Amino acid sequence: MARDKRALQIETFVDHQLITQPNPLRKVLRRVAEADLEDPVARAEMALAGLSGEFKDWMSAEADRLAAAHAAILAHGFTNATSAELFRAAHDIKGDAITFGYPSAGVVAESLCRIIEHAPDLEQVPSPLIAHHVNAIQAIVAERTKLDTISTAGELSRRLRGVADDYLAHANRDRPEHLEAIFAPSIVPGE
Amino acid sequence: MFRIDFNKLRFLVCDDNPHMRRILRTLLHSFGAREVYESEDGANALEMYTHYVPDIVITDWSMPIFDGLELAQMIRQPESKGNPYAPIIMLTGHSEKRRVTVARDAGVTEFLAKPISAKGLYQRIMNVVANPRPFIKTKTYFGPDRRRNSNNTYIGPERRVGGEVEVMQQPSLLEKARSSI
Repeated sequence: MARDKRALQIETFVDHQLITQPNPLRKVLRRVAEADLEDPVARAEMALAGLSGEFKDWMSAEADRLAAAHAAILAHGFTNATSAELFRAAHDIKGDAITFGYPSAGVVAESLCRIIEHAPDLEQVPSPLIAHHVNAIQAIVAERTKLDTISTAGELSRRLRGVADDYLAHANRDRPEHLEAIFAPSIVPGE
Repeated sequence: MFRIDFNKLRFLVCDDNPHMRRILRTLLHSFGAREVYESEDGANALEMYTHYVPDIVITDWSMPIFDGLELAQMIRQPESKGNPYAPIIMLTGHSEKRRVTVARDAGVTEFLAKPISAKGLYQRIMNVVANPRPFIKTKTYFGPDRRRNSNNTYIGPERRVGGEVEVMQQPSLLEKARSSI
């Protein structure tokens, strides 16, 4: 479906151009009967459920990556490289944890991401605060199969988030743009 | 009711996380897609974009060295060798509203916050297939029209000057098809 430059319609105005191209993807759209029972979304959800047997190992790998990134911080301090890797490891857990069945780990990871993004100076962040986040994720991932872990993990994640928010609010008291970003509502449905 | 023939679409997926690439590949294959190309970084994705000419790009934001935002900006270069009009769906763990604005201003077509869902991904793909937006070129922007809704009362500094064509109401493909019944 290569673009046909000759088919572009360009309208020029004082400060902008409006460019309309014929929709090259319209050919993939087809009409089906209302009674069509094929449901690609349901099929995809089943396929995703079929992957769930691997989620525990994947989550463990993500948690190990986070631990390794934290170990690098402890060994070499907050360099551009070590800070970036810690953030990416936490960021990936934040995005994947719910899918993998570890929502509380996602909450803790998000809290850690917020610390990394919004702390004025990472060297000034109390090291136990970061360590508690990393250790909490390890614990949540390791202990998930135990019956009482759901409520415990939830309580742990809420408390950590509260402590982190208090720290960030104080550290950013003179940086309103960061306060706004820290306390703005999330766009993720259900949050 | 309308369905997409995914076997006629070519996708480029860009994410540095192999688990997420596996999930996306599984979802797209389940929808019926047969051509799904994968890249683990933005620079390689840009090369693959030029080489394979995908119909739709699905990219993560946060990647080392060359991230999804830069990938979108490079794709949207109007003078680039590749097609600057391909829909770009950004799938990301970033959940702050300001991120949506930043992605939009980089030329991203659709934004999908993780956790990923089959329904959410399908809806975004349906949207770019059935409701394509015209592109806007200004001194500082080239990409899909960023307006979701018309607002004739806006008189701020970003009001574009366009006379009677200031607001374009474009019926979607679905609406056109239904009206032709």
